[in-house]
Amino acid sequence: MNIYVLVKRTFDTEEKIAVSGGKIQEDGAEFIINPYDEYAIEEAIQVRDAHGGEVTVLTMGGEDAEKQLRTALAMGADKAVLINIEDDVEEMDQFTAAYIISEYLKDKNPDLILAGNVAIDGGSGQVGPRVAELLGINYVTTITNLEINGTSVSIKRDVEGDTEVLETSLPLLVTAQQGLNEPRYPSLPGIMKAKKKPLEEVELDDLDIDEDDVEAKTETIEIYLPPKKEAGKVLEGELAEQVKELVHLLHSEAKVI
Amino acid sequence: MSKKVLVLGEAREGALRNVSYEAIAAAKQISEGGEIVSVLLGDSVKELATELVKYGADRVITVEHPHLKQYTSDGYGQALLAVIDQEKPEAIVFGHTALGKDLSPKIASKLQVGLVSDVTAIEGEGDAAVYVRPIYSGKAFEKVKVKDGIKFITIRPNNIAPLVKDDGKTGDVSSLSVEITNLRTIIKEVVRKSSEGVDLSEAKVVIAGGRGVKSEEGFAPLKELADVLGGAVGASRGACDADYCDYSLQIGQTGKVVTPDLYIAAGISGAIQHLAGMSNSKIIVAINKDPEANIFKVADYGIVGDLFEVIPMLTEEFKKLKVNA
Ligand SMILES: Cc1cc2nc3c(=O)[nH]c(=O)nc-3n(C[C@H](O)[C@H](O)[C@H](O)COP(=O)(O)OP(=O)(O)OC[C@H]3O[C@@H](n4cnc5c(N)ncnc54)[C@H](O)[C@@H]3O)c2cc1C
Ligand SMILES: Cc1cc2nc3c(=O)[nH]c(=O)nc-3n(C[C@H](O)[C@H](O)[C@H](O)COP(=O)(O)OP(=O)(O)OC[C@H]3O[C@@H](n4cnc5c(N)ncnc54)[C@H](O)[C@@H]3O)c2cc1C
Repeated sequence: MNIYVLVKRTFDTEEKIAVSGGKIQEDGAEFIINPYDEYAIEEAIQVRDAHGGEVTVLTMGGEDAEKQLRTALAMGADKAVLINIEDDVEEMDQFTAAYIISEYLKDKNPDLILAGNVAIDGGSGQVGPRVAELLGINYVTTITNLEINGTSVSIKRDVEGDTEVLETSLPLLVTAQQGLNEPRYPSLPGIMKAKKKPLEEVELDDLDIDEDDVEAKTETIEIYLPPKKEAGKVLEGELAEQVKELVHLLHSEAKVI
Repeated sequence: MSKKVLVLGEAREGALRNVSYEAIAAAKQISEGGEIVSVLLGDSVKELATELVKYGADRVITVEHPHLKQYTSDGYGQALLAVIDQEKPEAIVFGHTALGKDLSPKIASKLQVGLVSDVTAIEGEGDAAVYVRPIYSGKAFEKVKVKDGIKFITIRPNNIAPLVKDDGKTGDVSSLSVEITNLRTIIKEVVRKSSEGVDLSEAKVVIAGGRGVKSEEGFAPLKELADVLGGAVGASRGACDADYCDYSLQIGQTGKVVTPDLYIAAGISGAIQHLAGMSNSKIIVAINKDPEANIFKVADYGIVGDLFEVIPMLTEEFKKLKVNA
């Protein structure tokens, strides 16, 4: 089976976030594989181990994203592709990202593409379904279980806490929800092997993409931190008094009750 | 310039979700006086149409088909694209619900347009409108403009106030017949886990419990408080993973995103993935034994203490308040 995983290098949002000059400060920040993409990678490896084939992890970004691709290879993916846009793309949105990714994939005949359901930084959840639509294949989002039998696919997906059980077929794109599996940590031998696994790098020219084709449709005009909340009021005194005060504050000061 | 705006109405178990009305209010701001056309898709949805008119839609178009009884991206996609083809809207608004999240990128991709997802506020009107959305798990915000083409957004529930309902308002309700073919997904079963009562993502008051609740029974006092306040019970991943409650109660990045007027977090430490689902709440109250717990950093009011003491006392105090009011 020809399996692709879309992997995004993201800012670790558990870290402190600072904005300067209208941009998120990236110097010294921790970057990780988007957590939902880790579920996608793990699932891809399990599908390959059960059905044979090859797992290729694909990311669009800059040179720095090589680190996350190597981690995915160390987990067990077979090959990696970096679509390096660093020097070509000045502005970008989800339209751009999906277009570039699908141009790479369109002649690769993937049977199964896995993505994360949402990136924890950009947070739109658009890229997976957009790529599927551009490739003309079906997609299922926020999956928590995947079973493949020949070309038939049985899926459970999370719909706001309800579980939808459905059937579809390959070729298919799915996006991973937490609960799909427990992603493995790269093992030491895995890390050693990953260094020798193929990592292909392509640029827009190689894909015959003109910069005008990928011009963003939306534009971020400002990035800012939420207004600093005044330090919350931690109540003091006898517990019974605290409770009375809290009810009073919610009623008279905050006026939410 | 005034714009025609298409709004997707969303029904759940036979009733419209609030976000459908909120989407009309968002559309109003984008339309600058232009026409607002609501769309309802399903196997039998016509009787819901007048409600959308009362909340501000000028017209409603329904597409009814047996294949639309359950949502599939193929079925809903075909129906909606047919409506878009007929109406040629200049803007489109969906709710950022499971359905909206799944369908909107497909439609945007088909139309080759941009899409601003999970909008929590709109500044300005018409072409000048700027869309505010949380990024970085809610730790930052961005303002986004749509450069050209159709303005397509999804709005986060409970953030944009609906218009005041006008029972006297009337509007045209028409139906469009669309052939729905070649569905690539077949829904076998939907296992409903969400509890009855107040819909968590639309609740004005949420009482959420975490691992500190310690057991399934531990949720009982939270439920009692929620009942007194007319709110809903939610939970952290920690509580769900420990089997104290169902995953349908989960709030956060993986679970539901809520924006109530009042969020009470009891026995929840305040991990970033949890905060991503509730930090936009108007007022946050934290009840936790550990004064260092992260949740106090986002709380407006906090009580350091045992939730099993505090919650029942709170319930009693609120009962007294209700009696006196
Ligand atoms: C000037 C500029 C430069 C930018 N440069 C980059 C960049 O170098 N890299 C970058 O990732 N973003 C970059 N961005 C941001 C970019 O627009 C968004 O990250 C991108 O559109 C994805 O949107 P999202 O974060 O909402 O992802 P979502 O749609 O929420 O992502 C869902 C899933 O899609 C897949 N996916 C998303 N993005 C990628 C990707 N880049 N490669 C592979 N799979 C992906 C993953 O599986 C992910 O879990 C840049 C933005 C601007 C304005
Ligand atoms: C990809 C990913 C996605 C995730 N998505 C989500 C998500 O959507 N939602 C989510 O919630 N989490 C999510 N998580 C998990 C998250 O990181 C935390 O593990 C989780 O939120 C912790 O739950 P908790 O606060 O209930 O438990 P804990 O962190 O164990 O906190 C329990 C708290 O209860 C307090 N306590 C104990 N007893 C009492 C008492 N008697 N009275 C008062 N206080 C008491 C303790 O002091 C402690 O602060 C996700 C994680 C990952 C990796």
